[in-house]
Amino acid sequence: MLNVGKIEEGFVLDHIAAGKSLSIYHHLQLDKLDCTVAIIKNARSNKMGKKDILKVECDINTLDLDVLAFIDHNITVNVIKDGEIVDKKELALPKEIRNIIKCKNPRCITSIEQELPHIFILSDEQKEIYRCKYCEEKCGKRL
Amino acid sequence: MRHLMSPLDFTVEELDQLFDLANDIENNMQKYARMCEGKKLATCFYEPSTRTRLSFEAAMLNLGGSVIGFSDAASSSASKGESVSDTIRVISCFADICAMRHHKEGAPMVAAEKSSIPVINAGDGGHQHPTQTLTDLLTIRSLKGSLGNFTIGLCGDLKFGRTVHSLINALVRYPNVHFIFISPQELRVPDYITEMLREKNISYEEVIRLEEIMPRLDFLYMTRVQRERFFNEEDYVRLKDFYILNKEKMALAKQDMLVLHPLPRVNEISVEVDDDPRAAYFKQVQYGVYVRMALILTLLESTK
Repeated sequence: MLNVGKIEEGFVLDHIAAGKSLSIYHHLQLDKLDCTVAIIKNARSNKMGKKDILKVECDINTLDLDVLAFIDHNITVNVIKDGEIVDKKELALPKEIRNIIKCKNPRCITSIEQELPHIFILSDEQKEIYRCKYCEEKCGKRL
Repeated sequence: MRHLMSPLDFTVEELDQLFDLANDIENNMQKYARMCEGKKLATCFYEPSTRTRLSFEAAMLNLGGSVIGFSDAASSSASKGESVSDTIRVISCFADICAMRHHKEGAPMVAAEKSSIPVINAGDGGHQHPTQTLTDLLTIRSLKGSLGNFTIGLCGDLKFGRTVHSLINALVRYPNVHFIFISPQELRVPDYITEMLREKNISYEEVIRLEEIMPRLDFLYMTRVQRERFFNEEDYVRLKDFYILNKEKMALAKQDMLVLHPLPRVNEISVEVDDDPRAAYFKQVQYGVYVRMALILTLLESTK
């Protein structure tokens, strides 16, 4: 059994679906941060069988984690301060997501205008429906 | 500065102001004849559309302004690979307002984001065609006196017809509008529209034959049933006459019922109906010019 030590301040993202941690690493743009990150793949889990875990040592105000709710709201976000869990963060669906998913409508302007960001707006919170900002093509939650 | 991307961009109150202005233009054309002197409208049409483009151009010329532009992508810099974002930045240096039609959905919104002049969506693929909806609303309001308290039948291709979807979305904001959808099973109005109507508690019916509901209509909005939309030729032959409006069907309608059509008409309204005083589809074209004049004035005002 592999052991990864405690972090002093930051986040522990638990119950990530097995194999998804790297994609979350990129969506949170952790590659652009100068901080310590532990990526744990296929850890044993009573609840899930296998799961991934991300440990991020950083100032707790530096990360916008709302996008996690779009990707998978089963992820548990533990907020760590002085080596202890001080909060379990509730994830809210972001009002807007940018460059996380691509519009699949071949008639959408994003299909030809290369520089355009792919922006989706939350149009129905209850049904978790997002729509492309430009063509209003529907996209369900989850990647 | 404001743009027009969707008919819902304007509140009901703002639309009322726009329609009041359009009606004033209708009654006092001369008063507005020099309102846009020195102003230029750019019509950027990446796909051909004679009626909409000429309607915009007529609107600007009626206001004393002038018009520049292109009428298909081949004669624009798009053929050299220029992006919409770049084109609108350039056009912003030449004109005071822009009407854009594009085959890609959302292209006018991209233009609006980068533009320093108001942009009007003149049709973006199968997505939106807001000035057609404004035309429909102004026609209904002008000929009936108000928007609300009527039964409207929408007939023909209700599945793919974006003008129909836009009109329904715009009319649900007015009180006591009852919808009757008349279409073959294959071309029913999409589920998301009927779901929306149920959620808003708005009454609607779906029928297959036009004759049976004619006597109850205050408005009949006709659209074309295209042969290529059917799965097989048999169904097309069986059903196509249900959706052709002729004298016999008009005889079943109220004396003050009005027939609308976004045009172009092919054969879904028999030419014998044209002389019926209830045929309002050519008046509708005229209202299209008035509403575009009012829109140009309103959007130019928003830049001050």
